Amino acid sequence: MNEILTHSSRIKVPYTWSAGEALSRFFKALRDEQKILGSRCLKCRKVYVPPKKTCGTCFVECSEWLEVGPSGTLISFSQASYPSPAHRVLKPLFGLIRLEGSDTSFLHMLGETNLQSLKIGVKVLPVFAEKRVGSILDIAYFKVVS
Amino acid sequence: MEPVAIIGVGQTAFSSNRKDQTYADLVYEATAAALSDARLSIANIDNIVTASNDFFDGRTISSMAVGDACGAAFGGGKSISTVEGDGTFAAFYGLSRILSGNYDTTLVVAHSKSSEGDLRLLTNAFFDPLTERSLGLDWVSSAALQARVFLREKNIGNIECGNVIVKNRANGAKNPKAHLRKPLTIDEALRSPLLASPLKETDVCPSSDGAAAIILASKSFAQKKSERPIWVRGVGLCADAPLGERNLAESKALRLAARQAYQMAGIDNPTAQIDLIELSEQFSYQELLWLEELNYRNLNRVNLSGGCLSAHAWIASGLVRMIEASLQLRGQASNQISNAKRAVAHGQYGLCGQSHAVWVLEN
Amino acid sequence: MKRTAIVGCGQTDHNGNRFDVTGIELIHEAVSRALEDADLTMEDIDGVVIGNMDHFEGINGVELWSISGNGGILKPTIKLTTGGTTGSTLAIGGYHLTASGLFNKLLVIGWEKNSESDTTGAITTAFDPVWDRLVFAGAISGLAVEASAYMKKFGVTEKDAARAVIRDRKHAVKNPHAHLRREVTIEEVLRAPLLSDPIKALDICPRTDGACAVIFANEDYAEKICPKPAWILGAANRHPYAYLGDVDWYPLKSLVLASQELYAKLGIKEPLKEINLMELYTPYSFANLSWIEALGLAKPGEGAKLIWDGVTDAGGSLPINLSGGVLSTNPIGATGLIRAAECAHQIMGRAGERQAQGVKKALSTGFGGCFWSDILIYGSEKPS
Repeated sequence: MNEILTHSSRIKVPYTWSAGEALSRFFKALRDEQKILGSRCLKCRKVYVPPKKTCGTCFVECSEWLEVGPSGTLISFSQASYPSPAHRVLKPLFGLIRLEGSDTSFLHMLGETNLQSLKIGVKVLPVFAEKRVGSILDIAYFKVVS
Repeated sequence: MEPVAIIGVGQTAFSSNRKDQTYADLVYEATAAALSDARLSIANIDNIVTASNDFFDGRTISSMAVGDACGAAFGGGKSISTVEGDGTFAAFYGLSRILSGNYDTTLVVAHSKSSEGDLRLLTNAFFDPLTERSLGLDWVSSAALQARVFLREKNIGNIECGNVIVKNRANGAKNPKAHLRKPLTIDEALRSPLLASPLKETDVCPSSDGAAAIILASKSFAQKKSERPIWVRGVGLCADAPLGERNLAESKALRLAARQAYQMAGIDNPTAQIDLIELSEQFSYQELLWLEELNYRNLNRVNLSGGCLSAHAWIASGLVRMIEASLQLRGQASNQISNAKRAVAHGQYGLCGQSHAVWVLEN
Repeated sequence: MKRTAIVGCGQTDHNGNRFDVTGIELIHEAVSRALEDADLTMEDIDGVVIGNMDHFEGINGVELWSISGNGGILKPTIKLTTGGTTGSTLAIGGYHLTASGLFNKLLVIGWEKNSESDTTGAITTAFDPVWDRLVFAGAISGLAVEASAYMKKFGVTEKDAARAVIRDRKHAVKNPHAHLRREVTIEEVLRAPLLSDPIKALDICPRTDGACAVIFANEDYAEKICPKPAWILGAANRHPYAYLGDVDWYPLKSLVLASQELYAKLGIKEPLKEINLMELYTPYSFANLSWIEALGLAKPGEGAKLIWDGVTDAGGSLPINLSGGVLSTNPIGATGLIRAAECAHQIMGRAGERQAQGVKKALSTGFGGCFWSDILIYGSEKPS
């Protein structure tokens, strides 16, 4: 009676998410020009990176486009010491980056560095992937510049 | 707001793996406990709000699996709805159902079996699939980003966070329902290995299995049928922008939710006017951050139950805070303080505390 | 306790694949239109309630993920979800939350981008992982069993069901938001490829991308915002669980019980005569016959007669699904809320080409889960 059985399964549902017009433009700029684009709210003038079609606070279009970065400032960082099926590398370094010209912070990975050498406020630059397909991983990671 | 009362509370014991019970069984257990606590039968309940999350349960329409376990089919069926989010949000909808004049008694029940899915993947799914998800972040690694910003901006060190852990774990040790019941020394907290810098293993709440239920009642029902109603005097909810768009060292959403709840309850000096707070802190730093926004300085009166650092069954967590706060106000808590008259219960949902609920309760 | 009305509605241009927008942008489109309809701005709104089905888009915490599009930043933001009934659950939730007096003006949003996943694969995960999931696939198989049982019991034919399809599809032609806007004939319905006997491709709803937003206001604000608000007279629902093998196939018990509860509460004795318009969540043709029997519009087995007689057609005495119904448009999490929005717009006199005359009382339903039903009744007159 003490034996409790379990049933193992997994949910595997394929998804194809549309990037829409705004994010398509953002991803194409990453892929084709290695540029990072942001969009500016016409009302509050806030620059969003990744770009948004509309501003969540003002509820108007963010139809003014601009290139931001490529350099940015490290707002925060962490290294996940635990394994996860979601991680792309062992013990990934994550950064929250304020790109030059942007008013929001951009989530990405950090590379060519280690936890000990990172500090809030250091300058970082994107390193683009050699093979770019129009996705957020067209930026391979950000590296620290001295 | 016309006062509404909490007239029954029930919770399962929380542990790392309740393999002995399905999550519907846990819901039944919590529901039965709340009914017995209120000295009511399911026939006295006129509507139900459940809280569940399809991702955590590994099931589309996860509410379908728990409805009957909390009375959805009883007596030909009852009105039932489901909030996806922390139990405190489900309780808010439950409260509104009574205030709408349509119902007298709402059963609110929430469950989670953290053991049945992979929380790293399930919380990775909170991130935008196009711009964020493939980076591999989850609830812990994103909170680490918030912790670093907050600790630096407020100049808070490991000791202060360690003290939160030691306090909550000591309180949890006294709570028979808690998941982690072994006290922790400050040395153990400080020497704990890094999980996601700056967060160490002991900074992070356990992931528990369990369920919690409360019964809300209209003023007239509570006055007639309840010997020890706990009154809802204020409630506030507020959500914030995604984590890249806000200053992670603060929580404007919690500040606004608290302002609303305090205003309704007539609180202008929280530290003096609130006897205890049950807080939803998934990480030690969050207790300090949330308390700043709640403007509460009496750390020893926070999480007398052990808080989330002693037991955290995701969706059920906030409802447990309401239950523990109610038990204190009834004089029946495991770690009872004397003369508790007014308590605050807090719930949160999303990454880095994107959404908050604040409840002011009085006896 | 406050009397509550719908004061504005907005829908996207529903389509099989809104590839041009992300989910967040789709939501924003509906919200903007609802605000415009009510002549309000997001600043006027006190809170946001949103719903969909998680596994159709694969996004956890949709209310927070979509917050930039749903208007919830620094406001109370709640997610409600109950499967197919999500949209009607949202309408009922919007009613309760506003009637509570906790909100003056509440924005309620239902949405789905069904094109982004495998709908049937996702629905299958609703069922018990140990029992039903292995034998039942998606929504159609259960409905096919219901239809077969109904046909056998009363001698109802596939042609009867086809008549209900041509009604909904004809109505959709006049609805600019509808997904399928081409009329079909009975012959086309009968000749369509068989999916799960007796359900053929034209007997069943499409998969749609779309969003719907509805603004609720309490009695202190409703008439200031909208000259003819659609007052909520009441709501009821039944969501019991059953293993699919245990379902009573006739009548749709959840709808019988929910509608009887609400009729009794509102003193409605002859719904066929007392209600002027209905928007029913009928996801397949046979539901348009048997579920109106559950609603008390016809005696058991006699639903088809009402359909053939044209009573429920545009211009009939009780028009049903003037929007084109679910057979024309089905963005699942929005579907039940669209029913509410259509009833509200009919009462407000804002239904455009599909406007019915003299709508004093309207009724909408929601369907989902394992044969669950939700029901709401709306009125043009402020309840006493």
